[in-house]
Amino acid sequence: MQRITEAFKKAKRENRGAFVAYVTMGYPTLEQSERAVDDIIAAGADIIELGVPFSDPFADGGVIRTASYKALEQGVTINDVIASAARLRERHPDTAFVLFSYYNLIYSMGLENFAREAARAQIDAVLPVDLPYEERDELLSVIAPRGISFVPLIAPNTTLERVKAFEKGLDNTFLYVITVKGTTGERKNLPPDLAARLEGIRSLTHLPIAAGFGISTREQALEVCKHADGFVVGSRIVKCLSEGRKPCLS
Amino acid sequence: MNTHYGIYGGQYVAETLMAPLKELEAAYEEATGDESFQREFHEILRDYVGRESPITCARRLSEHLGGAQIILKREDLNHTGAHKINNTIGQALLARRMGKKRLIAETGAGMHGVATATVAALFGLSCDVYMGEIDVKRQAPNVERMKMLGATVHSVSEASATLKDAMNEALRDWVANCDDTFYVIGTVAGPAPYPQIVRDFQSVIGKEARRQCLEKFGRLPDEAIACVGGGSNAMGLFAGFIDDKEVKLVGVEAGGKGLETNQHASSINGGRLGVLHGAKTMLLQTPDGNILDTYSVSAGLDYPGVGPEHCYLHDTKRAEYTVITDDEAIEAFDALCRFEGIIPALESSHALAEAIKRAPHLPKSAILLVNLSGRGDKDMENIRRYKDAKNH
Repeated sequence: MQRITEAFKKAKRENRGAFVAYVTMGYPTLEQSERAVDDIIAAGADIIELGVPFSDPFADGGVIRTASYKALEQGVTINDVIASAARLRERHPDTAFVLFSYYNLIYSMGLENFAREAARAQIDAVLPVDLPYEERDELLSVIAPRGISFVPLIAPNTTLERVKAFEKGLDNTFLYVITVKGTTGERKNLPPDLAARLEGIRSLTHLPIAAGFGISTREQALEVCKHADGFVVGSRIVKCLSEGRKPCLS
Repeated sequence: MNTHYGIYGGQYVAETLMAPLKELEAAYEEATGDESFQREFHEILRDYVGRESPITCARRLSEHLGGAQIILKREDLNHTGAHKINNTIGQALLARRMGKKRLIAETGAGMHGVATATVAALFGLSCDVYMGEIDVKRQAPNVERMKMLGATVHSVSEASATLKDAMNEALRDWVANCDDTFYVIGTVAGPAPYPQIVRDFQSVIGKEARRQCLEKFGRLPDEAIACVGGGSNAMGLFAGFIDDKEVKLVGVEAGGKGLETNQHASSINGGRLGVLHGAKTMLLQTPDGNILDTYSVSAGLDYPGVGPEHCYLHDTKRAEYTVITDDEAIEAFDALCRFEGIIPALESSHALAEAIKRAPHLPKSAILLVNLSGRGDKDMENIRRYKDAKNH
């Protein structure tokens, strides 16, 4: 099933950007994070990034780090998150699930074993934050045959030449455009050149693009979606969960 | 340039860091071919660091052991007290060449932090150093030194609050500020091209030692021994002898309270293949792929990974990697103090302990070259506490 492609098509038909939501799985507990995913889907999310907690989250800002450490304290592993995905899949047959993880967690499972388990849980795609284009082939070669896709990250300093290479051999995915240099987390202001940047990227890919990092308000999401096919919200959601509130945009 | 060492190494970083890594690689390649860069590097090593560092025969210690001669490569005599300065001078020159105004660094024992703060002062650059909270406490004198030199020291209190967490924080800083900031990595780990850059700048240790051995003894040493945390002093020493197949290369990992206790920092001997901080390498990790807290009495060896080239040398059997416990390192520390009047760093004491183990089993004609990578002034308080705990 091309759930990611379908999610973007559906959003387009409805004349809006696709809503991609990140949740740190296992925070505050595995069960509560699964319920949070239910809530977010009910609130209209099209694609869910299931964040796997890692001991060394060097690409993350404070909110997601704190959540990751809490999840780890309870012993939540990548296997647990994949099992969560399988349960969520039963309840949400059409929602796209992306496994958002540091590469060591995936690598540590054994790549073949990982691909088999992820396919069994009907995970749609994988997003390893520390696996750039140069190193991704060993993972792609095991997940692609099982119908699992890969979400490439595009940074503010990624050349358009590189962007062109990223989409090669990929479908049922999107390009995740990082809005700011830095770690995950809410930002008051998005960079002034973001619109032009998004248009530039959009003009040279057949894949949908979604912007993420720093988006926390409805206004920011609407603004970004003038130039992108979707937007990602992460830290804002995890922060809501940490305050015991249902996830929402301010 | 080398980006991979067999299956090890690579560039496992967030996409935002690929551009700065490529920029660094280009600048380094250009500098390598530029004679004036090399000349300036070696002039500073001579006039500012005080190179070359001598080799010293540990006569009384060797006689006491009754076997091979132990020879010390005296990196402890460098300005700032360790081998770390060789690399920071090189990287600061690169930073200046690239127009970067700010240096950042991670540090464990604090020697790399001090060496980075030192070159920042020397070149008029600003400097932020990340250090785990636990290391800030156990290496307090080095924190003071960094501050005196004008650096800002950030104490990292999250997760295990040691070197790996300091490196995480440095990476977060770099990813946000890579336009004007140069990340001075202190060891032969991290994403390519760092392992090669650091190895090249540290190779002065091995090249000098090789020539000095030939001059003094008319032959090469039988074994070259160095401690391995990330592995920069070892890689620097090994680089001089790698083509001399008759010279055994020995890396010494921190065994902490013993491999069987799981309280150690021996990534090659006790770890499993994984990916951390930009490289595929041997890592101390849980079965689920989370990184373990490491333990060693020596803060500078207290890191869960190791430079990728060491893993490769281990696989190809060009080098062997052994383990020395805290207790053995402290014994070696005492021995060098009492027999030679030299106070070694706890890190270097691991290499020394390995030589002390081997010497009695070898003939008097054998030469064991030990890299005395740093001096022990920073460890005084630590050693006192360790001994107090033992005596109670």
